[in-house]
Amino acid sequence: MKSDSPHIALFIPCYVDQFYPSVGIASLELLEKLGCKVTFPLGQTCCGQPLANAGYKRDTVGTTKHFIELFKDFDYVVAPSGSCVLHVKEHSPVIPGLEKEQAELHHKVFELTEFITDILKIEKLDGRFPHRVGFHSSCHGQRGLRLSSSSELNQTPFNKARRLLENLEGLEWVELNRTDECCGFGGTFAVTEEALSIQMGKDRLDDHLQHHTEILTGGDMSCIMHLQGIATRNKQPLKFLHIAEILNQAIS
Amino acid sequence: MSHPENAAEFLKDQAKSKWHDETLWFVRDKRDRISKTIPEWEELRNLASGIKDNVLANLGSYLEDFERNAQKNGIQVHWAKDGEEHNQIVLDILQKQNCNAIVKSKSILTEECHLNPFLEKHGVDVVDTDLGERIVQLLHQPPSHIVLPAIHLKKGEISALFHEKLLTEKGNEDPAYLTQAARLHLREKFLKAKVALTGVNFGVAETGEFVVCTNEGNADMGVHLADVHIASMGIEKIIPRRKDLGVFLRLLARSATGQPVTNYNSHFRSPSPGKELHIILVDNGRTAQLAREKFKNSLKCIRCGACMNTCPIYRRSGGFSYDSTVPGPIGSILSPGLDMKKHSTLPFASTLCGSCSDVCPVKINIHEQLFEWRQEITKTHGEMGKGLSMKLANGIFKSPLAYKISGNLMRAALKALPDSLIYHPINAWGKGRNLPETPKESFQQWYQKNRS
Repeated sequence: MKSDSPHIALFIPCYVDQFYPSVGIASLELLEKLGCKVTFPLGQTCCGQPLANAGYKRDTVGTTKHFIELFKDFDYVVAPSGSCVLHVKEHSPVIPGLEKEQAELHHKVFELTEFITDILKIEKLDGRFPHRVGFHSSCHGQRGLRLSSSSELNQTPFNKARRLLENLEGLEWVELNRTDECCGFGGTFAVTEEALSIQMGKDRLDDHLQHHTEILTGGDMSCIMHLQGIATRNKQPLKFLHIAEILNQAIS
Repeated sequence: MSHPENAAEFLKDQAKSKWHDETLWFVRDKRDRISKTIPEWEELRNLASGIKDNVLANLGSYLEDFERNAQKNGIQVHWAKDGEEHNQIVLDILQKQNCNAIVKSKSILTEECHLNPFLEKHGVDVVDTDLGERIVQLLHQPPSHIVLPAIHLKKGEISALFHEKLLTEKGNEDPAYLTQAARLHLREKFLKAKVALTGVNFGVAETGEFVVCTNEGNADMGVHLADVHIASMGIEKIIPRRKDLGVFLRLLARSATGQPVTNYNSHFRSPSPGKELHIILVDNGRTAQLAREKFKNSLKCIRCGACMNTCPIYRRSGGFSYDSTVPGPIGSILSPGLDMKKHSTLPFASTLCGSCSDVCPVKINIHEQLFEWRQEITKTHGEMGKGLSMKLANGIFKSPLAYKISGNLMRAALKALPDSLIYHPINAWGKGRNLPETPKESFQQWYQKNRS
């Protein structure tokens, strides 16, 4: 690692911190293997997304202020979540007195796979992962951060996560019937529209099962948590990993 | 009932809801494929969006141009500030003609104004002549979709309805047979009607003409046989120039049904000799929406219904679950402007997946507006309920120590509590999903132990 290399802060979403520490560890180790200088600033809480999406953006001023103060001095902020990154960039309230820091921060916050492909400019990872992998595009990552092309638009197809995964030796990419349909998590939607949320999750799982997905992965653990919860309840034979876990395992 | 209750009810019939989802997905897929045969598709969307932005920014002067040019063409122009005024104008025209029957071709605006019940109360025989509209009218139902009004019904249900109302053979579900029966039934109505009403897809300011797009030709049939044509038009339906149709007509049918163009795009410019042509320009909440900076561009909508077909919620909950004239994502940003209390659950009937915004031919930022409506609606909730718990959560998230304590408590509680309590039916997360296995430590704790 070069001493003048940029200083990266790892931003770990609250539910990943609490429920999926392995995803945080994989993200940290992966970035380090790719030669990054990474720090996990202590005292992280939550970006405020659950509140804002529930209609209480105005009550996230304290949360947002804390977030800016914690991360403003780093060169980059990287998170294993498209959804939380989108929230920080587009849905957090403007904090009086910190407008400049906040605006700068919005340009240096990245989702993990886009950081690898767009900032580190890594075209291809050398590694091995001999499994049949189904990818779930999180909507906020896909249509919010444009991490992959969306099926509605007339554009050249691309997918940043796919680029990283497909080059791994032995990995079989699963083609789905509906490449980018929502899984039905949607934050508080999962609870307020419980019946719809479950049905949408079941339909996504069926698509993967029909196409013999062995490991279902994605860039947002919230979608995966929801899908995993339904699959476990219904005893469906699927494994679930965050993309950081796959990449970290594959290149070690 | 709220949207979640209606949706849960719709989902009880699993086979039917799956069929509904797949039927609409088929339409969306067709739209995806045809839109990709037009290399300049995204450019067309940009143009359409820009033209509509211009219209909204200059709506007043375009409407005056339209009125002046229409009058020059011999069209009688009426202005209605709301549904009530609109309905009264229609009734007055009918009464002047001593007419107690009217044929309509599909007009969502007249649904919005509740014209049918109003006219029926005044003894007018109202017949919707679009096949899907006629089907739902015979069932005394509103349309469940703005382009495909009877999409919630299966062939068998239509066969049973036609057997009862049109005396078709019992059990005959052949679409050609049923359609033929509807044609004969409607032809009789067309021949008798002296007054025909249509909606308007586009009103052209520079020429004072308007365009009606249908697939069945029923608007033309009604209008050409009648002595009087009434066109009901929302004031946002204006486009500046006739050549703008070159953008909108290419987008409309492809977005709506995946067809290259609607079968009939009829231009109406002036009344035939001896006949009357009326146009009613209706506000009904549109200027109020125009004044709402965050929500005004919902008025760019050209009513193609693509956001309904693509919406994973709409497909699985059906049009009636929204309980509003325009259902689906676009309805969820239009309806709260008309009655926020009644439609307060609609902006929450979304995962904010954004598919609606990407499919929209005029690039309305629908999912962003859903987010913004949520911020407005919660202001009316006060400190009670959700508001209180959210304030509490903000207290936790802005303080690292409070977050750590509550996180540790939560993980400890999840480990210790019996499943029967965690998966209690009142816990909506656990009803159909398991919780993740609880790790022994958080990432933060691991990091402190291993890295700092």
